[in-house]
Amino acid sequence: MNATPTFPASSPAPPNGQRDDVVLRVEHLKVYYATPQGDVHAVDDVSFEVYRGEILGLVGESGCGKTTTAMAILRLVQPPGRIVGGHIWLDGIDLVRLSERELRRLRWDKISLIPQGAMNSLNPVLRVGEQIRDVIEDHEGRQPRKALKERILHLLHLVGLPSRVYNLYPHELSGGMKQRVCIAMAIALNPILIIADEPTSALDVVVQRVVAETLLRVKEELGISIILIGHDMGLMAQLADRVAVMYAGHLVEIAPVRPLFKTPLHPYTQLLIESIPSIKERKPLKLTEGLTHDLRNPPPGCIFQFRCPHVTEGCRTRRPMLQDVHPGHRVACFLYHEAVASGGTSPQR
Amino acid sequence: MSTPLLELRNVTKVYGGGFLRRGPVTVALQDFNLTLYEQPAKIITIAGESGSGKTTLANLILGFIKPTAGHILYRGQDIHRMNRHQRLQYRREVQAVFQDPYEVYNPFYRVKHIFDMAIRNFQLARSREESRALIEEALNVVGLRAEEVLEKYPHQLSGGQRQRMMVARAFLLKPRLIVADEPVSMVDASLRAMILDIMMRLRDEHQISFLYITHDLSTAYQIGDEIYILYQGTVAECGDTVTVIEHPKHPYVQLLINAIPVPDPDVRWGEDQVITLDDEEMRTSIHSGCRFYPRCRHRMAHCQHTRPPLYRVGENHYVTCFLYEEQPTPAPLAEGADVKD
Repeated sequence: MNATPTFPASSPAPPNGQRDDVVLRVEHLKVYYATPQGDVHAVDDVSFEVYRGEILGLVGESGCGKTTTAMAILRLVQPPGRIVGGHIWLDGIDLVRLSERELRRLRWDKISLIPQGAMNSLNPVLRVGEQIRDVIEDHEGRQPRKALKERILHLLHLVGLPSRVYNLYPHELSGGMKQRVCIAMAIALNPILIIADEPTSALDVVVQRVVAETLLRVKEELGISIILIGHDMGLMAQLADRVAVMYAGHLVEIAPVRPLFKTPLHPYTQLLIESIPSIKERKPLKLTEGLTHDLRNPPPGCIFQFRCPHVTEGCRTRRPMLQDVHPGHRVACFLYHEAVASGGTSPQR
Repeated sequence: MSTPLLELRNVTKVYGGGFLRRGPVTVALQDFNLTLYEQPAKIITIAGESGSGKTTLANLILGFIKPTAGHILYRGQDIHRMNRHQRLQYRREVQAVFQDPYEVYNPFYRVKHIFDMAIRNFQLARSREESRALIEEALNVVGLRAEEVLEKYPHQLSGGQRQRMMVARAFLLKPRLIVADEPVSMVDASLRAMILDIMMRLRDEHQISFLYITHDLSTAYQIGDEIYILYQGTVAECGDTVTVIEHPKHPYVQLLINAIPVPDPDVRWGEDQVITLDDEEMRTSIHSGCRFYPRCRHRMAHCQHTRPPLYRVGENHYVTCFLYEEQPTPAPLAEGADVKD
């Protein structure tokens, strides 16, 4: 259906890379879930890069494959799901090819995860300090207690928590504090990449803001790259440097945050941005019709054809590929590809 | 209209502190007052963060729990002192739509079952044809087609469809009031607009009022008529939705509205550091004085010991904050300007 992953496995060199600060490169990733009625194409031919020290937002509605993409990067896809094809380059290593043993060393060390509802993932019978200590010692071996405690206190300080948290149990903390403990654990081993799956979704807005600002500070002070998964476009506008939009397992648009919000190109992105409820002006609700297709049986042609207001005959037979429309702004939609092909000025800019 | 449809008089709900267990009590809701008339139908938002008492309020109005003090009157009658006829009318005219459209269905029955049950319980139809017509009408209102959904099992429907079915079921009973507890927090952005639109249409075309319980002020701002913003069981600010959200007066509401991320990368939030971390995280159990005292930037000595009453600061705009003690008039306030960031 699409280009098969044929890049030589030994070479992590970018096929057409312009930037040399790529931390993670996902190439033609496919993750399918087996069901009795056939495979669900949860992630279908997704490619993107993450640059050093940036927050890449990954957005889309529930079931669009954003969490599956993240889990595939960590190689944590659970059966009946499986990675069917593609490469995930991290620091010159293809994660798709690693053994479980090699992966165990890499997780936390290089990539860490702040899972959905992370605050419920803390061990209820261990004090916060002990849990962070476990993470560090598990990967770096036993260490002098005093230096280790200093280091953990420094981590807590980085995420804006008072030192007394070190001796507290998780149930003594509020949701926002627990979430920040999870961030402290995620940065404990100086990873190069953090995957944060809806890190603030269960929190109240005021606490959400505190946690979000903690993530920003961590990014700025440590230069860590973060893949931020979420569906709150407001939060994305505030946090992300670039945003990737997924729909039904496909990446439909990826762009720096400003152009994505100011001049969204893909009709789905436009819909997503128009449907954000505003707090500044009261306006009529934006209604849309149409349902997503059955993911087991994607249509030929564009995956957004059933809901797209600009659909043409061509969209029903040919599938648009992700292409550069402006430098760094890629979109999978024929509306813009023809403009690019004919050399004309592209719409909306 | 003399008798209000729904009236809450000084409703208080306290959890804990029983006869044997003298533990700390949690005041989930304190002295809450609300009056709703049958005409005109309104969407009244109850907003607040988790633990503010908004779900307690929903449960009280639906009669699931009894208030510790105060009265809840439906058409002038205390809902816990109703006769059979009154209770049936109340049960029929006050309907609920809950947050999770996945949990409210029995997975063993086809979705038709929930409509049949409602029709049978309230004896709405005398024949099969009549009941079918009622169901189709209700489904049409929410934009679903009967033949497409009725024979299916719950797992065959999407979250948005299920939530719309729940609204249709509520509508079937021709209610006067629907208590909607976070009805859109679990559906996707594109479906959220559709459900909010249905709520507005039911209000405008069928004169059904809503008690819209949410933590999301932006959707409340888009569809709501009146708003009550709760903080730890007390009303911080209430009144006309647009006025309250555009010109918040209470320091907590200002903090809340400033914290909402703006979907515009050029409008950064967080120029003003409004949050004091330690205090903000601590759930306090102060019973005298203002609930917001530990987190308030404008706190004064007497805020700690005296609970502020509801001050009128504008046409249909009330605030429980001593900052507005001196100015009972709606004129633009010197202090108000000072408070706004």
